[in-house]
Amino acid sequence: MSQYVAVDTVGVADATPDEKQPWSELGLKEDEYQRIREVLGRRPTQSELAMYSIMWSEHCSYKSSKVHLRQFGEKNPRTPRLLAGIGENAGVVAIDDHLAVTFKVESHNHPSYVEPKQGAATGVGGIIRDIIAMGARPIAVMDSLRFGAIDHPDTARVLPGVVDGIGHYGNCVGLPNIGGETYFDPCYQGNPLVNALSVGVMPRSRLQSMQASGTGNVVILLGAKTGRDGIGGVSVLASATFSESGEDDARPSVQVGDPFTEKLLIEVCLELFDAQLVVGVQDLGGAGLTCALSETAAAGDGGMHVDLELVPLRAAGMEPQDILASESQERMLLIVDPAKADEVLARAHRWGLLATAIGTVTDTGRLVVDFHGQTVVDVPPKSLADEGPVYNRPLAEPNDLGLIAVDRAETLPRPSTDEEIRQTVLDMAASPNLCDKSWITEQYDSSVFGNTVLGAPHDAGVVRLDERTGVGIAISLDGNGRFARLDPYLGAQLALAEAYRNVAVTGATPIAVSDCLNFGSPEDPHVMWQFERAVTGIADGCQKLGIPVTGGNVSFYNQTGREAIHPTPVIGVLGVLEDVARRIPLGLGRTGDTIALIGTTSEELSGSEWASVKHGHLGGVPPKVDLDHEMKLADLLSRLSQTEQLAAAHDLSQGGLAQALVEAISFSGMGAQILLPEGADPFTYLFSESSGRVLVVIPRGQELAVRSACESRGLPITPLGVADANTDGLHLRDHFDITRDDIDAAFKGRIGARLGE
Amino acid sequence: MSARVGIVTFPGSLDDRDAARAVYLAGGEPVALWHDDAQIHGVDAVFLPGGFSYGDALRCGAIARFSQVMDTVKAAAAQGMPVLGVCNGFQVLCESHLLPGALVRNAHLRYRNRPARLRVETTRTAWTNAFAPEAEIVLPAKHGEGRYVADEATLDALEQSGRVVFRYLDNPNGSMRDIAGVANEAGNVVGLMPHPEHAVEALTGPSTDGLGVVASVLAHLSEGARR
Repeated sequence: MSQYVAVDTVGVADATPDEKQPWSELGLKEDEYQRIREVLGRRPTQSELAMYSIMWSEHCSYKSSKVHLRQFGEKNPRTPRLLAGIGENAGVVAIDDHLAVTFKVESHNHPSYVEPKQGAATGVGGIIRDIIAMGARPIAVMDSLRFGAIDHPDTARVLPGVVDGIGHYGNCVGLPNIGGETYFDPCYQGNPLVNALSVGVMPRSRLQSMQASGTGNVVILLGAKTGRDGIGGVSVLASATFSESGEDDARPSVQVGDPFTEKLLIEVCLELFDAQLVVGVQDLGGAGLTCALSETAAAGDGGMHVDLELVPLRAAGMEPQDILASESQERMLLIVDPAKADEVLARAHRWGLLATAIGTVTDTGRLVVDFHGQTVVDVPPKSLADEGPVYNRPLAEPNDLGLIAVDRAETLPRPSTDEEIRQTVLDMAASPNLCDKSWITEQYDSSVFGNTVLGAPHDAGVVRLDERTGVGIAISLDGNGRFARLDPYLGAQLALAEAYRNVAVTGATPIAVSDCLNFGSPEDPHVMWQFERAVTGIADGCQKLGIPVTGGNVSFYNQTGREAIHPTPVIGVLGVLEDVARRIPLGLGRTGDTIALIGTTSEELSGSEWASVKHGHLGGVPPKVDLDHEMKLADLLSRLSQTEQLAAAHDLSQGGLAQALVEAISFSGMGAQILLPEGADPFTYLFSESSGRVLVVIPRGQELAVRSACESRGLPITPLGVADANTDGLHLRDHFDITRDDIDAAFKGRIGARLGE
Repeated sequence: MSARVGIVTFPGSLDDRDAARAVYLAGGEPVALWHDDAQIHGVDAVFLPGGFSYGDALRCGAIARFSQVMDTVKAAAAQGMPVLGVCNGFQVLCESHLLPGALVRNAHLRYRNRPARLRVETTRTAWTNAFAPEAEIVLPAKHGEGRYVADEATLDALEQSGRVVFRYLDNPNGSMRDIAGVANEAGNVVGLMPHPEHAVEALTGPSTDGLGVVASVLAHLSEGARR
């Protein structure tokens, strides 16, 4: 035993109450440390201190956001579709009588800045395990990315690394990447955002629980060995601000991913679920064993006993607190009936995957962890998982908001001649946020599984779930930090409305929401105010739209020094399509089809891409949101997809009508003859970013039916012209022409060129 | 009775289900084979799917070569059984010396996913006989290590004996002589980087040209049965 005398046991802690402990270095506040002592009735051991510091970190405990996130639960519309919601690893919604879908978006922002490839890769790996933990087979991934200025030298380090990481992990684990978004803004220079979404499908009967219930049941650790990687990831990296000096090297805090092991985890877990060999399951992500043990024990009905020396290790000399804190990837925790444990181990072995019994479920109400026979942890599990600190932090509207609101982009100088407007169309198409993103999306597998019906660059990804019935889903992921900076409530609702509309544009009916809330430091009252406004905007919006928030993630501390990012709520909306064969694609249909605009164009340029690209301007108030209108629009599009009365459709968002036309022309290879409505100001009509608008392409003979479907719903529709394969690019009658070559020269190849490739 | 096409699952295989769908849609019967099982369960042909067998440890396909099932597949191939390797499956066939040459890192050093236009250079293989001579087809190509290389003498021999099976029309990876797929001397073993199994339905693929690859082997097998 002599080699273990140094271990800080419960007995030692009892005997040395005054021992100085590094609670502050671990990110705990003094009153939090005192509360731990109260809970335990003694000082915590080193292992316990590590566990509390992790579980009570911002990342794990949601201590600053909890009081606001409650709104989601309070305002969520009741729907029989919701099978599992907030608090689970991921929300689960019913698709039909047999199938359910689970999806979630999560951030991996800080690690992706420190070590772009592994940071982004393990972000994808982590969200995939959340999906597995619900009992589902992951079937697709998607990502929402934000970087600093495209020509900043560090962007050339971060972006290719992030894309490589997402691609490497997703491609090797065998999941199609079905779309997403990429934006650039100097506010993300030191704090890029990497938000990854995964979606999975399961028979409704396979829904899994994270409960460690049933005294005597075996606790099995499945997957990779545990190493020193990622120690302090959530408490140090994700729950604190980067210092301005940038001198501290946090690289060892970033985990290293192994998608091959993750692929085996997927196959083994699904086999075990199907054979009904598992009572409870939890993934190991941020906070590793600490989180998985305390959450499963807290969710169950008793306690748990773990013998930590049984955990297979990758590194020699790891102390108990290291093993508990390690964020080594590709691990899952299983709760198994002892009679079935051998079969679980055998099935894992068949796939070449490690599986080790490390403990048992008890009825003591305590989580007890022994290390070589010495007790290093003895705590009530709920005190770690559920009873962390809750802060109602001060809120204050940013001082500059009033000034910003009156600095409207509508007053900026505009192009006036046809030639100036023509050049603006091309300049916008070539700008980093609007240009073609193939350089990124071509590094991702999009077709593995053979069920991808629509992928990038469509408004939403569409995946078939069932080959017999054709039932499928559509997902879109959207955010707009610029709008949210001007007004976080409206900005969040604009993102929600856009994701909702993007799903609807494919013909799908939106049914559920997952969100990733990226903000600066919660200790800054201005940031906290932005957060509260954005959460309220989402909760109100979802209540109005009748679709529940099913889960998501909060990422605070996205700031370097005093400079916070724009508040950036990213919203994922999931929709269902009864038959994916009737999805509405992007494009221009056939020659002679009518191009029309549904919705109203107002003079709304504040926060727009035009204001940013041409004037470097951010001010004014964002476009209006009309959720009633969005619901009518979604109803219309779903109807027209079922009756197959639309050849194509495309959401209007950043860059307005001009950009929508550029994308449709470039994607389809067709031309468009456009005549703007009488009296319309060409500049406003082309570049305004009024929300609630969709460009539709109506097959010949269907114009009257579509018009009457719009009118019966009170939706304004304006014919704009015709699709024509013989027109070279865009012909804007009475104004200008742009050839397809000119469009492609502006729109394509920009990302690689700007990164020096 | 429809022909039985065995599809091998190695740890890390990703396109095994998709290969099974392609076989099924073309009218064959897919049969699952397991890397650690030397039995191939009476199948009439074998399809080695894409993916990252054994995590691409050492080299793509290098470990799969030593699997139980590959011993049996090699023996069966020598007896004339049709064997197809796609993407990682092609890499396995090269590592197993069932096909000449090797697949190395793309010349541009990145994984790239783009539909590839190909010309079917010979219809005298078990896996291409249903195509029209010199047919131009479109299949998704998506890989980081798909650049076909071999020494000049081997390349010359392949060309002269009509064993270059598919050629890229817009070479996506720097493959020597634009080679996308090759065959063994007997024409029963074929490997290619682009994915026929991801071009079997208009709804999900860039074309349905991939069906021709499976249709070819089914025709080849039924012709063999008639003889």
